[in-house]
Amino acid sequence: MDVDWGLFWSSLWPITRAGLLGTIPLALISFALGLLIALAVALMRISGNRVLAGAARAYVSVIRGTPLLVQLFVIFYGLPSVGLVIDPWPSAIIAFSLNVGGYAAEVIRASILSVPKGQWEAGHTIGMSRGKTLQRIILPQAARVSVPPLSNTFISLVKDTSLASLILVTELFRKAQEIAAFSQEFMLLYLEAALVYWVFCLVLSSGQSHLERRLGRHVAH
Amino acid sequence: MSPTDPTPPRSGDDGRGASGGRVLTVSGLRKSFGGNQVLKSIDLAVDQGQVLTLIGPSGSGKTTVLRCLNGLEVPDAGTVAFRGGPTVDFGGQVKRRQLMALRDRSAMVFQHYNLFPHMTVLQNIIEGPVQVQKRPKAEVVHEAEELLARMGLAGKRNDYPAQLSGGQQQRVGIVRALALRPSLLLFDEPTSALDPELVGEVLTAIKELAEEGWTMVMVTHELAFAREVASEVVFMDGGVVVERGHPDVVLRNPRQERTRQFVHRLLNPF
Repeated sequence: MDVDWGLFWSSLWPITRAGLLGTIPLALISFALGLLIALAVALMRISGNRVLAGAARAYVSVIRGTPLLVQLFVIFYGLPSVGLVIDPWPSAIIAFSLNVGGYAAEVIRASILSVPKGQWEAGHTIGMSRGKTLQRIILPQAARVSVPPLSNTFISLVKDTSLASLILVTELFRKAQEIAAFSQEFMLLYLEAALVYWVFCLVLSSGQSHLERRLGRHVAH
Repeated sequence: MSPTDPTPPRSGDDGRGASGGRVLTVSGLRKSFGGNQVLKSIDLAVDQGQVLTLIGPSGSGKTTVLRCLNGLEVPDAGTVAFRGGPTVDFGGQVKRRQLMALRDRSAMVFQHYNLFPHMTVLQNIIEGPVQVQKRPKAEVVHEAEELLARMGLAGKRNDYPAQLSGGQQQRVGIVRALALRPSLLLFDEPTSALDPELVGEVLTAIKELAEEGWTMVMVTHELAFAREVASEVVFMDGGVVVERGHPDVVLRNPRQERTRQFVHRLLNPF
Protein backbone atom coordinates (compact mmCIF):
# COMPACT_ATOMS: atom_id res chain seq x y z
CA MET A 1 0.00 0.00 0.00
CA ASP A 2 1.36 3.36 -0.98
CA VAL A 3 1.03 5.96 1.72
CA ASP A 4 0.05 9.39 0.50
CA TRP A 5 2.29 11.34 2.92
CA GLY A 6 1.31 14.60 1.27
CA LEU A 7 -2.31 13.99 2.24
CA PHE A 8 -1.26 12.85 5.72
CA TRP A 9 0.62 16.07 6.47
CA SER A 10 -1.92 18.37 4.86
CA SER A 11 -4.80 16.77 6.79
CA LEU A 12 -2.99 16.57 10.15
CA TRP A 13 -3.67 20.13 11.18
CA PRO A 14 -7.36 20.21 10.14
CA ILE A 15 -7.95 17.00 12.12
CA THR A 16 -5.96 18.20 15.16
CA ARG A 17 -7.73 21.55 14.99
CA ALA A 18 -11.14 19.84 15.00
CA GLY A 19 -9.90 17.94 18.03
CA LEU A 20 -8.80 21.08 19.85
CA LEU A 21 -11.96 23.01 18.99
CA GLY A 22 -14.46 20.14 19.10
CA THR A 23 -13.36 17.03 20.93
CA ILE A 24 -11.46 18.65 23.82
CA PRO A 25 -14.00 21.38 24.74
CA LEU A 26 -16.83 18.88 24.40
CA ALA A 27 -15.04 16.48 26.73
CA LEU A 28 -14.00 19.15 29.24
CA ILE A 29 -17.41 20.80 29.50
CA SER A 30 -19.27 17.50 29.68
CA PHE A 31 -16.84 16.16 32.28
CA ALA A 32 -17.16 19.24 34.49
CA LEU A 33 -20.97 19.16 34.35
CA GLY A 34 -20.93 15.39 34.73
CA LEU A 35 -18.88 15.64 37.92
CA LEU A 36 -21.39 18.08 39.41
CA ILE A 37 -24.22 15.68 38.58
CA ALA A 38 -22.17 12.78 39.94
CA LEU A 39 -21.47 14.55 43.24
CA ALA A 40 -25.15 15.35 43.69
CA VAL A 41 -26.15 11.79 42.85
CA ALA A 42 -23.51 10.32 45.15
CA LEU A 43 -24.68 12.53 48.03
CA MET A 44 -28.29 11.52 47.34
CA ARG A 45 -27.29 7.87 47.57
CA ILE A 46 -25.54 8.24 50.91
CA SER A 47 -28.04 10.75 52.31
CA GLY A 48 -30.03 8.11 54.16
CA ASN A 49 -33.19 9.52 52.57
CA ARG A 50 -34.97 6.63 50.85
CA VAL A 51 -36.64 8.66 48.11
CA LEU A 52 -33.44 10.48 47.15
CA ALA A 53 -31.35 7.33 47.33
CA GLY A 54 -33.89 5.44 45.21
CA ALA A 55 -34.00 8.15 42.57
CA ALA A 56 -30.20 8.21 42.44
CA ARG A 57 -30.01 4.44 42.09
CA ALA A 58 -32.56 4.47 39.27
CA TYR A 59 -30.64 7.19 37.42
CA VAL A 60 -27.34 5.30 37.67
CA SER A 61 -29.03 2.10 36.57
CA VAL A 62 -30.61 3.65 33.47
CA ILE A 63 -27.43 5.46 32.41
CA ARG A 64 -25.22 2.43 32.85
CA GLY A 65 -27.74 0.05 31.40
CA THR A 66 -28.26 1.78 28.06
CA PRO A 67 -25.79 2.52 25.24
CA LEU A 68 -24.37 6.01 25.06
CA LEU A 69 -25.17 6.12 21.35
CA VAL A 70 -28.83 5.43 22.11
CA GLN A 71 -28.89 8.16 24.77
CA LEU A 72 -27.38 10.56 22.24
CA PHE A 73 -29.95 9.66 19.58
CA VAL A 74 -32.88 9.93 22.00
CA ILE A 75 -31.84 13.47 22.86
CA PHE A 76 -30.99 14.69 19.35
CA TYR A 77 -33.33 12.72 17.06
CA GLY A 78 -35.98 11.63 19.57
CA LEU A 79 -36.87 14.73 21.54
CA PRO A 80 -37.88 16.80 18.46
CA SER A 81 -40.88 14.50 18.04
CA VAL A 82 -42.18 15.71 21.39
CA GLY A 83 -41.49 19.28 20.37
CA LEU A 84 -38.08 19.67 21.98
CA VAL A 85 -35.44 20.57 19.40
CA ILE A 86 -31.90 20.88 20.72
CA ASP A 87 -28.90 21.84 18.60
CA PRO A 88 -26.07 19.33 18.02
CA TRP A 89 -23.60 20.83 20.51
CA PRO A 90 -25.99 21.21 23.46
CA SER A 91 -27.43 17.76 22.69
CA ALA A 92 -23.97 16.25 22.85
CA ILE A 93 -23.10 18.06 26.06
CA ILE A 94 -26.36 16.97 27.72
CA ALA A 95 -25.90 13.34 26.70
CA PHE A 96 -22.23 13.14 27.70
CA SER A 97 -22.77 14.97 31.01
CA LEU A 98 -25.60 12.66 31.99
CA ASN A 99 -23.48 9.69 31.01
CA VAL A 100 -20.44 10.80 33.00
CA GLY A 101 -22.77 11.63 35.90
CA GLY A 102 -23.96 8.04 36.03
CA TYR A 103 -20.52 6.47 35.99
CA ALA A 104 -18.68 9.00 38.14
CA ALA A 105 -21.42 8.96 40.80
CA GLU A 106 -20.41 5.44 41.80
CA VAL A 107 -16.74 6.41 41.87
CA ILE A 108 -17.41 9.44 44.06
CA ARG A 109 -19.74 7.53 46.35
CA ALA A 110 -17.11 4.84 46.89
CA SER A 111 -14.41 7.48 47.46
CA ILE A 112 -16.49 9.25 50.09
CA LEU A 113 -17.21 5.95 51.83
CA SER A 114 -13.50 5.10 51.76
CA VAL A 115 -12.69 7.99 54.12
CA PRO A 116 -12.62 6.56 57.67
CA LYS A 117 -15.61 7.33 59.91
CA GLY A 118 -13.22 8.88 62.44
CA GLN A 119 -12.67 11.76 60.03
CA TRP A 120 -16.37 12.65 60.17
CA GLU A 121 -16.21 12.45 63.96
CA ALA A 122 -13.10 14.60 64.14
CA GLY A 123 -14.88 17.18 61.99
CA HIS A 124 -17.92 17.10 64.26
CA THR A 125 -15.84 17.33 67.42
CA ILE A 126 -14.23 20.57 66.26
CA GLY A 127 -17.74 21.91 65.80
CA MET A 128 -18.34 21.39 62.10
CA SER A 129 -21.74 20.61 60.64
CA ARG A 130 -22.17 17.66 58.29
CA GLY A 131 -21.98 19.90 55.23
CA LYS A 132 -18.86 21.67 56.42
CA THR A 133 -17.19 18.38 57.38
CA LEU A 134 -17.98 17.02 53.94
CA GLN A 135 -16.59 20.08 52.21
CA ARG A 136 -13.45 20.68 54.29
CA ILE A 137 -12.51 17.22 55.58
CA ILE A 138 -14.09 14.41 53.58
CA LEU A 139 -14.13 15.57 49.95
CA PRO A 140 -10.46 16.61 49.83
CA GLN A 141 -9.51 13.12 50.97
CA ALA A 142 -12.06 11.45 48.68
CA ALA A 143 -10.70 13.48 45.75
CA ARG A 144 -7.31 11.84 46.03
CA VAL A 145 -8.80 8.36 46.00
CA SER A 146 -11.02 9.14 43.05
CA VAL A 147 -8.41 10.58 40.67
CA PRO A 148 -7.32 7.30 39.03
CA PRO A 149 -10.84 5.94 38.38
CA LEU A 150 -12.15 9.36 37.32
CA SER A 151 -9.21 9.71 34.92
CA ASN A 152 -10.38 6.48 33.32
CA THR A 153 -13.86 7.94 32.97
CA PHE A 154 -12.43 11.08 31.42
CA ILE A 155 -10.26 9.27 28.90
CA SER A 156 -13.21 7.09 27.89
CA LEU A 157 -15.23 10.25 27.45
CA VAL A 158 -12.62 11.84 25.18
CA LYS A 159 -12.85 8.86 22.88
CA ASP A 160 -16.63 8.55 23.18
CA THR A 161 -17.05 12.12 21.92
CA SER A 162 -16.40 10.62 18.46
CA LEU A 163 -20.02 9.46 18.67
CA ALA A 164 -21.04 13.11 18.45
CA SER A 165 -20.01 12.97 14.79
CA LEU A 166 -23.26 11.04 14.27
CA ILE A 167 -25.34 13.99 15.44
CA LEU A 168 -23.51 16.46 13.22
CA VAL A 169 -21.04 17.90 15.74
CA THR A 170 -17.82 18.88 13.97
CA GLU A 171 -15.19 17.21 16.06
CA LEU A 172 -12.04 15.25 15.37
CA PHE A 173 -13.57 12.13 13.88
CA ARG A 174 -16.13 13.94 11.74
CA LYS A 175 -13.36 16.03 10.21
CA ALA A 176 -11.41 12.85 9.40
CA GLN A 177 -14.53 11.34 7.85
CA GLU A 178 -15.04 14.40 5.68
CA ILE A 179 -11.48 14.33 4.38
CA ALA A 180 -11.65 10.55 3.86
CA ALA A 181 -14.86 10.81 1.88
CA PHE A 182 -13.38 13.51 -0.28
CA SER A 183 -10.01 11.79 -0.88
CA GLN A 184 -11.21 8.18 -0.71
CA GLU A 185 -8.15 7.43 1.49
CA PHE A 186 -10.09 5.72 4.32
CA MET A 187 -7.30 3.67 5.86
CA LEU A 188 -4.92 6.61 6.05
CA LEU A 189 -7.41 9.08 7.47
CA TYR A 190 -8.90 6.77 10.09
CA LEU A 191 -5.46 5.70 11.28
CA GLU A 192 -4.51 9.34 11.40
CA ALA A 193 -7.59 10.08 13.52
CA ALA A 194 -6.65 7.19 15.82
CA LEU A 195 -3.14 8.61 16.17
CA VAL A 196 -4.41 12.06 17.16
CA TYR A 197 -6.80 10.53 19.76
CA TRP A 198 -3.89 8.53 21.13
CA VAL A 199 -1.66 11.59 21.47
CA PHE A 200 -4.48 13.48 23.22
CA CYS A 201 -4.89 10.61 25.68
CA LEU A 202 -1.14 10.45 26.35
CA VAL A 203 -1.15 14.12 27.28
CA LEU A 204 -4.19 13.64 29.52
CA SER A 205 -2.59 10.66 31.27
CA SER A 206 0.44 12.75 32.18
CA GLY A 207 -1.99 15.27 33.63
CA GLN A 208 -3.40 12.50 35.78
CA SER A 209 -0.02 11.60 37.31
CA HIS A 210 0.62 15.27 38.00
CA LEU A 211 -2.73 15.59 39.78
CA GLU A 212 -2.13 12.42 41.78
CA ARG A 213 1.22 13.73 42.97
CA ARG A 214 -0.31 17.05 43.95
CA LEU A 215 -3.21 15.55 45.88
CA GLY A 216 -0.96 12.93 47.45
CA ARG A 217 1.68 15.32 48.76
CA HIS A 218 0.63 14.71 52.38
CA VAL A 219 1.33 11.00 52.12
CA ALA A 220 4.63 10.07 53.75
CA HIS A 221 7.19 8.65 51.36
CA MET B 1 3.81 24.07 81.41
CA SER B 2 3.87 27.46 82.99
CA PRO B 3 0.99 28.34 85.26
CA THR B 4 0.83 31.80 83.73
CA ASP B 5 -0.93 31.05 80.54
CA PRO B 6 -1.05 33.60 77.74
CA THR B 7 -4.23 32.21 76.29
CA PRO B 8 -7.23 34.31 77.22
CA PRO B 9 -10.15 32.05 78.06
CA ARG B 10 -13.28 32.32 75.98
CA SER B 11 -15.96 34.19 77.92
CA GLY B 12 -13.99 33.53 81.10
CA ASP B 13 -15.19 29.96 81.20
CA ASP B 14 -12.78 27.52 79.67
CA GLY B 15 -11.46 24.30 81.15
CA ARG B 16 -8.82 25.77 83.44
CA GLY B 17 -8.51 27.13 86.94
CA ALA B 18 -9.35 25.49 90.22
CA SER B 19 -12.05 27.98 91.06
CA GLY B 20 -14.44 25.13 91.75
CA GLY B 21 -18.01 24.85 90.67
CA ARG B 22 -19.69 22.17 88.69
CA VAL B 23 -18.78 22.09 85.01
CA LEU B 24 -20.81 19.09 83.92
CA THR B 25 -23.78 17.22 85.29
CA VAL B 26 -25.00 14.04 83.67
CA SER B 27 -28.00 12.15 84.93
CA GLY B 28 -29.90 9.07 83.89
CA LEU B 29 -27.94 8.56 80.69
CA ARG B 30 -29.20 5.54 78.73
CA LYS B 31 -28.14 4.20 75.37
CA SER B 32 -28.93 1.06 73.41
CA PHE B 33 -27.49 -0.17 70.13
CA GLY B 34 -30.10 -2.41 68.60
CA GLY B 35 -31.29 -4.60 71.45
CA ASN B 36 -28.04 -4.19 73.35
CA GLN B 37 -28.34 -1.79 76.27
CA VAL B 38 -24.87 -0.28 76.57
CA LEU B 39 -25.64 2.36 79.18
CA LYS B 40 -28.17 1.75 81.94
CA SER B 41 -28.71 5.06 83.66
CA ILE B 42 -25.36 6.73 84.22
CA ASP B 43 -24.92 9.70 86.56
CA LEU B 44 -21.77 11.79 86.55
CA ALA B 45 -20.66 15.14 87.90
CA VAL B 46 -17.43 16.92 87.07
CA ASP B 47 -16.17 19.98 88.92
CA GLN B 48 -13.90 22.65 87.55
CA GLY B 49 -10.28 21.47 87.51
CA GLN B 50 -11.25 17.89 88.21
CA VAL B 51 -9.79 14.91 86.39
CA LEU B 52 -12.31 12.13 86.16
CA THR B 53 -11.11 8.81 84.81
CA LEU B 54 -13.45 6.13 83.54
CA ILE B 55 -12.11 2.60 83.83
CA GLY B 56 -13.67 -0.77 83.16
CA PRO B 57 -13.57 -3.80 80.92
CA SER B 58 -14.15 -3.37 77.20
CA GLY B 59 -17.82 -3.23 76.41
CA SER B 60 -18.59 -1.65 79.76
CA GLY B 61 -19.88 1.50 78.07
CA LYS B 62 -17.18 3.97 79.14
CA THR B 63 -16.35 5.14 75.61
CA THR B 64 -20.05 5.48 74.86
CA VAL B 65 -20.40 7.83 77.84
CA LEU B 66 -17.65 10.01 76.42
CA ARG B 67 -19.18 10.00 72.95
CA CYS B 68 -22.56 10.99 74.36
CA LEU B 69 -20.97 13.99 76.08
CA ASN B 70 -19.55 15.15 72.75
CA GLY B 71 -22.75 14.54 70.82
CA LEU B 72 -21.14 11.80 68.70
CA GLU B 73 -23.79 9.44 70.00
CA VAL B 74 -27.32 10.48 70.83
CA PRO B 75 -28.43 8.92 74.13
CA ASP B 76 -31.92 7.44 74.36
CA ALA B 77 -32.63 9.19 77.65
CA GLY B 78 -31.02 11.33 80.30
CA THR B 79 -29.78 14.89 80.59
CA VAL B 80 -26.40 16.45 79.97
CA ALA B 81 -25.88 19.91 81.42
CA PHE B 82 -22.86 22.15 80.99
CA ARG B 83 -22.35 25.16 83.19
CA GLY B 84 -23.15 28.28 81.24
CA GLY B 85 -24.05 26.09 78.31
CA PRO B 86 -26.86 23.96 77.13
CA THR B 87 -28.89 21.52 79.18
CA VAL B 88 -29.96 18.83 76.78
CA ASP B 89 -32.74 16.44 77.77
CA PHE B 90 -32.49 13.39 75.56
CA GLY B 91 -35.86 12.08 76.73
CA GLY B 92 -37.57 14.23 74.12
CA GLN B 93 -36.84 15.27 70.57
CA VAL B 94 -33.26 16.53 70.33
CA LYS B 95 -32.44 19.04 67.62
CA ARG B 96 -29.17 19.02 65.73
CA ARG B 97 -28.58 22.54 67.02
CA GLN B 98 -28.58 21.22 70.59
CA LEU B 99 -25.99 18.58 69.74
CA MET B 100 -23.83 21.26 68.15
CA ALA B 101 -24.13 23.37 71.30
CA LEU B 102 -23.07 20.36 73.36
CA ARG B 103 -20.03 19.82 71.17
CA ASP B 104 -19.14 23.44 71.59
CA ARG B 105 -18.41 22.91 75.27
CA SER B 106 -16.09 19.95 75.02
CA ALA B 107 -13.31 18.70 72.77
CA MET B 108 -12.41 15.12 72.12
CA VAL B 109 -9.01 13.45 71.85
CA PHE B 110 -9.42 10.15 70.02
CA GLN B 111 -7.75 6.80 70.54
CA HIS B 112 -6.62 6.78 66.90
CA TYR B 113 -5.86 10.55 66.87
CA ASN B 114 -8.13 11.14 63.84
CA LEU B 115 -5.95 13.97 62.58
CA PHE B 116 -6.84 15.30 59.15
CA PRO B 117 -4.21 13.65 56.91
CA HIS B 118 -4.53 16.19 54.10
CA MET B 119 -3.70 19.11 56.37
CA THR B 120 -0.45 20.14 58.02
CA VAL B 121 -0.10 20.11 61.79
CA LEU B 122 -0.87 23.82 61.95
CA GLN B 123 -3.87 23.53 59.62
CA ASN B 124 -5.24 20.70 61.75
CA ILE B 125 -5.10 22.89 64.83
CA ILE B 126 -6.50 26.12 63.41
CA GLU B 127 -9.26 24.51 61.33
CA GLY B 128 -11.87 24.55 64.11
CA PRO B 129 -11.07 27.96 65.63
CA VAL B 130 -10.89 29.66 62.21
CA GLN B 131 -13.54 27.82 60.19
CA VAL B 132 -16.09 27.21 62.93
CA GLN B 133 -15.45 29.70 65.71
CA LYS B 134 -14.55 32.41 63.18
CA ARG B 135 -11.70 33.74 65.27
CA PRO B 136 -9.02 35.88 63.58
CA LYS B 137 -6.51 33.64 61.87
CA ALA B 138 -3.38 35.51 62.99
CA GLU B 139 -4.41 35.23 66.63
CA VAL B 140 -5.23 31.53 66.31
CA VAL B 141 -1.94 30.75 64.56
CA HIS B 142 -0.01 32.56 67.28
CA GLU B 143 -1.83 30.60 69.96
CA ALA B 144 -1.35 27.31 68.07
CA GLU B 145 2.39 27.90 67.82
CA GLU B 146 2.64 28.49 71.57
CA LEU B 147 0.67 25.34 72.29
CA LEU B 148 2.86 23.35 69.89
CA ALA B 149 6.01 24.68 71.55
CA ARG B 150 4.72 23.71 74.98
CA MET B 151 3.95 20.20 73.70
CA GLY B 152 7.50 19.88 72.35
CA LEU B 153 6.33 20.11 68.74
CA ALA B 154 7.78 23.51 67.85
CA GLY B 155 9.40 22.49 64.55
CA LYS B 156 6.47 20.39 63.34
CA ARG B 157 3.92 22.98 62.25
CA ASN B 158 4.36 22.34 58.54
CA ASP B 159 4.61 18.56 58.74
CA TYR B 160 1.78 16.30 57.66
CA PRO B 161 0.45 13.81 60.23
CA ALA B 162 1.90 10.85 58.30
CA GLN B 163 5.38 12.27 58.90
CA LEU B 164 4.97 12.15 62.69
CA SER B 165 5.30 9.36 65.24
CA GLY B 166 2.18 8.14 67.02
CA GLY B 167 3.11 10.04 70.16
CA GLN B 168 3.60 13.24 68.20
CA GLN B 169 0.32 12.74 66.37
CA GLN B 170 -1.53 12.30 69.63
CA ARG B 171 0.04 15.43 71.07
CA VAL B 172 -1.12 17.29 67.96
CA GLY B 173 -4.56 15.80 68.66
CA ILE B 174 -4.39 17.26 72.14
CA VAL B 175 -3.35 20.69 70.84
CA ARG B 176 -6.20 20.57 68.32
CA ALA B 177 -8.59 20.00 71.22
CA LEU B 178 -7.01 22.73 73.39
CA ALA B 179 -7.17 25.28 70.57
CA LEU B 180 -10.97 25.06 70.68
CA ARG B 181 -10.86 26.41 74.27
CA PRO B 182 -13.37 23.90 75.56
CA SER B 183 -14.84 23.79 79.06
CA LEU B 184 -14.06 20.12 79.20
CA LEU B 185 -11.44 17.91 77.59
CA LEU B 186 -12.49 14.37 76.69
CA PHE B 187 -9.85 11.68 76.20
CA ASP B 188 -10.88 8.35 74.71
CA GLU B 189 -8.10 5.87 75.54
CA PRO B 190 -5.51 8.36 74.28
CA THR B 191 -2.56 6.00 74.65
CA SER B 192 -4.11 2.67 73.67
CA ALA B 193 -2.97 2.83 70.05
CA LEU B 194 0.59 3.88 70.88
CA ASP B 195 3.75 1.84 70.95
CA PRO B 196 4.66 1.27 74.61
CA GLU B 197 7.71 3.54 74.51
CA LEU B 198 5.57 6.45 73.29
CA VAL B 199 2.91 6.20 75.99
CA GLY B 200 4.94 8.17 78.51
CA GLU B 201 5.28 11.35 76.49
CA VAL B 202 1.52 11.57 75.92
CA LEU B 203 0.63 10.82 79.54
CA THR B 204 3.16 13.43 80.68
CA ALA B 205 1.50 16.00 78.43
CA ILE B 206 -1.94 15.14 79.81
CA LYS B 207 -0.65 15.25 83.38
CA GLU B 208 0.74 18.73 82.78
CA LEU B 209 -2.65 19.86 81.51
CA ALA B 210 -4.24 18.43 84.64
CA GLU B 211 -1.77 20.29 86.82
CA GLU B 212 -2.53 23.43 84.91
CA GLY B 213 -6.14 23.05 85.99
CA TRP B 214 -7.89 21.77 82.86
CA THR B 215 -11.08 19.90 83.57
CA MET B 216 -11.09 16.50 81.93
CA VAL B 217 -12.81 13.18 81.57
CA MET B 218 -10.59 10.34 80.41
CA VAL B 219 -11.26 6.76 79.47
CA THR B 220 -8.07 4.84 80.17
CA HIS B 221 -6.48 1.55 81.06
CA GLU B 222 -3.43 3.28 82.54
CA LEU B 223 -4.11 2.64 86.21
CA ALA B 224 -0.79 4.14 87.33
CA PHE B 225 -1.75 7.35 85.59
CA ALA B 226 -5.22 7.31 87.13
CA ARG B 227 -3.78 6.74 90.57
CA GLU B 228 -1.43 9.69 90.27
CA VAL B 229 -3.50 12.23 88.36
CA ALA B 230 -7.20 11.48 88.74
CA SER B 231 -9.32 13.30 91.28
CA GLU B 232 -11.99 10.66 90.89
CA VAL B 233 -12.04 7.17 89.39
CA VAL B 234 -15.29 5.74 88.08
CA PHE B 235 -15.37 2.00 87.51
CA MET B 236 -17.99 0.86 85.00
CA ASP B 237 -19.10 -2.61 84.09
CA GLY B 238 -22.06 -3.78 82.06
CA GLY B 239 -23.38 -0.28 81.45
CA VAL B 240 -23.58 0.78 85.09
CA VAL B 241 -21.26 2.56 87.50
CA VAL B 242 -20.08 -0.12 89.90
CA GLU B 243 -17.90 2.02 92.09
CA ARG B 244 -16.58 5.53 92.20
CA GLY B 245 -14.34 7.53 94.44
CA HIS B 246 -10.84 8.70 95.15
CA PRO B 247 -8.22 6.69 93.23
CA ASP B 248 -6.58 5.56 96.48
CA VAL B 249 -9.82 3.87 97.45
CA VAL B 250 -11.06 2.53 94.11
CA LEU B 251 -7.69 1.34 92.86
CA ARG B 252 -6.07 0.23 96.13
CA ASN B 253 -8.91 -0.81 98.41
CA PRO B 254 -12.01 -1.24 96.28
CA ARG B 255 -15.20 -1.99 98.12
CA GLN B 256 -16.76 -3.95 95.30
CA GLU B 257 -15.61 -7.42 94.35
CA ARG B 258 -15.97 -6.68 90.61
CA THR B 259 -13.71 -3.64 90.92
CA ARG B 260 -11.16 -5.63 92.86
CA GLN B 261 -11.08 -8.35 90.22
CA PHE B 262 -10.73 -5.85 87.38
CA VAL B 263 -7.92 -3.91 89.03
CA HIS B 264 -6.17 -7.14 89.94
CA ARG B 265 -6.39 -8.41 86.36
CA LEU B 266 -5.00 -5.19 84.95
CA LEU B 267 -2.09 -5.13 87.38
CA ASN B 268 -1.37 -8.87 86.98
CA PRO B 269 -2.14 -9.70 83.35
CA PHE B 270 -0.81 -13.28 83.61
